[in-house]
Amino acid sequence: MNKTVNQKAWFLVLPVLLLVAFSAVIPLMTVVNYSVQDTFGNNQFFWAGLDWFRDMLASERMWDALVRQLIFSAIILAIEIPLGIFVALHMPKKGFWSSFCLVTMSLPLLIPWNVVGTIWQIFGRVDIGLLGYTLDALGIDYNYTQNTIDAWVTVIVMDVWHWTSLVALLAYAGLRSIPDAYYQAAKIDQASRWAVFRYIELPKMAGVLMIAILLRFMDSFMIYTEPFVVTGGGPGNATTFLSIDLVKMALGQFDLGPAAAFSLMYFLVIMLISWVFYTVMTNLDKRDGVQ
Amino acid sequence: MTDTTVSTTRLGTRSHAKARTWRPSASLIVMALYLIFLLLPIYWLINMSLKTNTEILGSFSLWPQDLTLANYEKILTDPSWYMGYVNSLIYVVMNMVISLAVALPAAYAFSRYSFMGDKHLFFWLLTNRMAPPAVFALPFFQLYSSIGLFDTHIAVALAHCLFNVPLAVWILEGFMRGVPKEIDETAYIDGYSFPRFFIQIFTPLIASGIGVAAFFCFMFSWVELLLSRTLTSVDAKPIAATMTRTVGAAGVDWGVLAAAGVLTIVPGALVIYFVRNYIAKGFALGRV
Repeated sequence: MNKTVNQKAWFLVLPVLLLVAFSAVIPLMTVVNYSVQDTFGNNQFFWAGLDWFRDMLASERMWDALVRQLIFSAIILAIEIPLGIFVALHMPKKGFWSSFCLVTMSLPLLIPWNVVGTIWQIFGRVDIGLLGYTLDALGIDYNYTQNTIDAWVTVIVMDVWHWTSLVALLAYAGLRSIPDAYYQAAKIDQASRWAVFRYIELPKMAGVLMIAILLRFMDSFMIYTEPFVVTGGGPGNATTFLSIDLVKMALGQFDLGPAAAFSLMYFLVIMLISWVFYTVMTNLDKRDGVQ
Repeated sequence: MTDTTVSTTRLGTRSHAKARTWRPSASLIVMALYLIFLLLPIYWLINMSLKTNTEILGSFSLWPQDLTLANYEKILTDPSWYMGYVNSLIYVVMNMVISLAVALPAAYAFSRYSFMGDKHLFFWLLTNRMAPPAVFALPFFQLYSSIGLFDTHIAVALAHCLFNVPLAVWILEGFMRGVPKEIDETAYIDGYSFPRFFIQIFTPLIASGIGVAAFFCFMFSWVELLLSRTLTSVDAKPIAATMTRTVGAAGVDWGVLAAAGVLTIVPGALVIYFVRNYIAKGFALGRV
């Protein structure tokens, strides 16, 4: 759609601007403020320049958390996106079962995040949880509070349980928009199942899949509550992701300067990667031309 | 769509379904496995919520041997418990209303007009959706304390606007782009003023979009814990934070914890039930 140039449209955007300025810019400026100052307590601050940033960049703790975070996000994207597409391809197209699947699949998405953590914390316990008990009965040594691998597996399976449905629902919506004529044409051409997927379904899903990847990346990169409830960042620091580390530093130890510098760099990384996704997405939109 | 396309589509569906009669069985297995995977942990929570603590810790059973509703009774009769739900619902609804009220005009501007800095502004808005709540927890606490809004519902509602407003703008913009611009122009020629056109003609056209945006605002505000916990202490304490009370000196009260968990699933389940026919379209955020 070609848009009219209208500078007065700014007035329509103004409410959003004011609200977001209040709830985002002021807090962000507070963070910036902290990141360049040091304190001896008593609310006396003095200029510290870029020291905190230098400190944080040299700190192994932050790099470790960042590496863990990147590995975590990569793993869950690698599992959830293909699994979501796979599930979407198998969902019933209409009727009662279609609604049933949709409702059941949306259920995990609306459970408060700490309850998601609680569910898996209980589910994985060796003494009272179905999963932990079964694994234990099968002779598998499973303990997510002490074993690093088990903790990672639990957190990843939990995230897959929690969010795969979002990918599946998005992919399903994309699939539903394909006219049947496309499938007929494919049949006349005797296209294989794979060819149908590769040349009809995947391109049609591309737009929604980019949304799915963008949302999943952003949310997994900010993940805090669920792993915190399940493992508390442990064993040791094994599942201390960026947000968990940050909250520990800012609200736990009250190291305002380093925490603020950490925050800003964290935000920057997330923005940078999201910007790449966003650019790809808008280009896809343009290429399709419809929207 | 013209009549011919409709009839071919219908024919197509039938032959299409026939050609793939082998598929339901494979699909059935995949879907059954996936749904079991989704429901099993939830079932386990419900199962535990119906047991007494002695039974939970004493024996292992797939269903409650000694069925009890005491855990639910405790939550539903104790104000310090059930007010948690009320508080959560109050700020969620507040947040939904605020988010939609400011997002509607903005989304209209983004979908219809180009103006100075529009693309940058749109991306800047989206960056707020990307902002980790952990970054904002402490500044929010100080900001709302200093203006005397700490421990009020409106503080949490405003804080959640941080990620819900950008999302609402994004969703609504997608739906509004789908409405032909000729409708706006015709309305203006017919003498509608902008507010009247917006409320009487435009809003009904994007009603499903508004529903979807409201759904997402509900969803992300309802499930968030870090900010709502940081910004409240007593009066506006959300249920998610109240749940930590089950960890006492005598260990964890598993039964009550599970019952509280089950009760947090209920509002979400109700909302989903009401919007079940729009879920598929809704999750595409108007971009299909």
